Amino acid sequence: MADVTETQDNLLEVNNIEVIYNHVILVLKGVSLNVPKGGITALLGGNGAGKTTTLKAISNLLKSERGEVTKGSILYRGERIQDLVPSDLVKKGVIQVMEGRHCFEHLTVEENLLTGAYTRGSSRGEIEADLNKVYDYFPRLKERRRSQAGYTSGGEQQMVAIGRALMSRPETILLDEPSMGLAPQLVEEIFQIVKSLNEREGATFLLAEQNTNVALRFAQYGYILESGRVVMDGPAKELRENPDVKEFYLGMSDDGRKSFRDVRSYRRRKRWLS
Amino acid sequence: MPEQLVFAMEVFLNGLMAGVLYALVALGFVLIYKASGIFNYAQGVMALFAALTLVGIMEGQVPFAHLINAMFGTEIHHFGWHVPALLAILLTMVVMVGLAWLVNTIIFKHLVNQEPIILFMATIGLAYFLEGFGDIMWGADIKKLDVGLPQGINEAIDEVTYGIFDYGFFIDNLDIVATVVAAALVFTLIIFAQYTKQGRAMRAVADDHQAALSVGISLNFIWVMVWSLAGFVALVAGIMWGTKSGVQFSLSLIALKALPVLMLGGFTSIPGAIVGGLIIGVGEKLFEFAIGPMVGGATENWFAYVLALVFLVFRPQGLFGEKIIERV
Repeated sequence: MADVTETQDNLLEVNNIEVIYNHVILVLKGVSLNVPKGGITALLGGNGAGKTTTLKAISNLLKSERGEVTKGSILYRGERIQDLVPSDLVKKGVIQVMEGRHCFEHLTVEENLLTGAYTRGSSRGEIEADLNKVYDYFPRLKERRRSQAGYTSGGEQQMVAIGRALMSRPETILLDEPSMGLAPQLVEEIFQIVKSLNEREGATFLLAEQNTNVALRFAQYGYILESGRVVMDGPAKELRENPDVKEFYLGMSDDGRKSFRDVRSYRRRKRWLS
Repeated sequence: MPEQLVFAMEVFLNGLMAGVLYALVALGFVLIYKASGIFNYAQGVMALFAALTLVGIMEGQVPFAHLINAMFGTEIHHFGWHVPALLAILLTMVVMVGLAWLVNTIIFKHLVNQEPIILFMATIGLAYFLEGFGDIMWGADIKKLDVGLPQGINEAIDEVTYGIFDYGFFIDNLDIVATVVAAALVFTLIIFAQYTKQGRAMRAVADDHQAALSVGISLNFIWVMVWSLAGFVALVAGIMWGTKSGVQFSLSLIALKALPVLMLGGFTSIPGAIVGGLIIGVGEKLFEFAIGPMVGGATENWFAYVLALVFLVFRPQGLFGEKIIERV
């Protein structure tokens, strides 16, 4: 897919939202972003930058964590979705895969996947077919379908979490930190699957990732968050070439790798926001 | 066969039957604890409330009669009709579902993501509220509950055992009915939890609220459902206990006996509640029979708690409790 520009259809539009937790803690200070249909959009940034909060604001899981969107709007297909409960959003085709996997530990792998179809009124046969499709993407899960999810490996749990989301037949998947705690090889495997889901199923992804390197290789467009604001955005290719991104997030610079100490002091002088 | 052994067998059987009733109360605890992590102190009072409501409806009692009479100087107590048992049970169930909805909407909906101790305190408050509410609504006198369950000695068992041991066992028909009902209830609940969509969603909610929310499971719906199920179990327990010993406010105290049952069986296991109940029931009866006379009796008051204490030391998750999965 070619680089995405604003002229294309935006499935999801986030306009200048502010999020406050517990009525006092301001976490997002005006975040805007667009997610084009059929693309992979990356949301980058360090710890506490607001990536997860942005995703949760969209999927509306914020409410159960005492957070709320106080300003701005979130539109899905041009429709305001801020006031919908998560189950309505899932029915609309927006589902979040949470950070840290969050499998149902005491349910088997297959039961975990089936919970993903909770909002669907489909027949058994249809769900069975989708289950097989998920097993096609994640053959490893088929082998482990009868084991309790709590006893599977981290990579398998991540697959369960993604597979579970697929069972809702989503249009847009909000994928939070899929690389967390996984070996590089597994990260690659997961991202390959994301890519093929995107290409073959036409699923749209909004991807929050700390692993900037991997994320920018698979995404078409990226937003960089820092302290609750978007500080930079652009096509993934351009971001990869941007000297600041290289230095801050990819750990590279034009004059070779710098020592960590130098990077830190440099960072202190030159931040986008301070 | 020596006489002592025959007596012991009778005591054993009676213990099993008593255990079934403990198990029924414990079951209500397990359901709510599993699905919401709330330890529902009010489960015993719910059984009482259900039984009170059932008697009230059957007898055609006017709810809040005392209050109305005191306020308006009237003298009304009864509508003057009697509702058939089955219909009354159905109506009571409707009341229990309504109660479940109210409890969730007024209390627990607003306590999502709070510490377990806060939820627990809320259920203590609920217990006292419900006890007082039941009192105001239906009056504090001891009521007789008769929904047509068979009562009294089971002649067949008496005769058969007399033929074998030359000594007839005294087994109450009501206890047999309670056992059958409890078995059917547990079987249904297990099938529901394991093989239905809502049951699966219930277990999912029990494991991880946030993740359940993220796949589109409505927590409120599941919680109302679970509290309704617990209300149903409370109703069954209330009917059994109420028929056995009259509907009175001490009924809510049987909830305390459910605690050791749960520690034994595990807080998260439906079969555990049953097995725990049976062990406690049999254990305390046999202990009283064998050791009681030596220590001056009344061991039934403490045996269950001591047994629970021993379990807490050696197997804190209980016999069937879910192991806390920890990956290293």
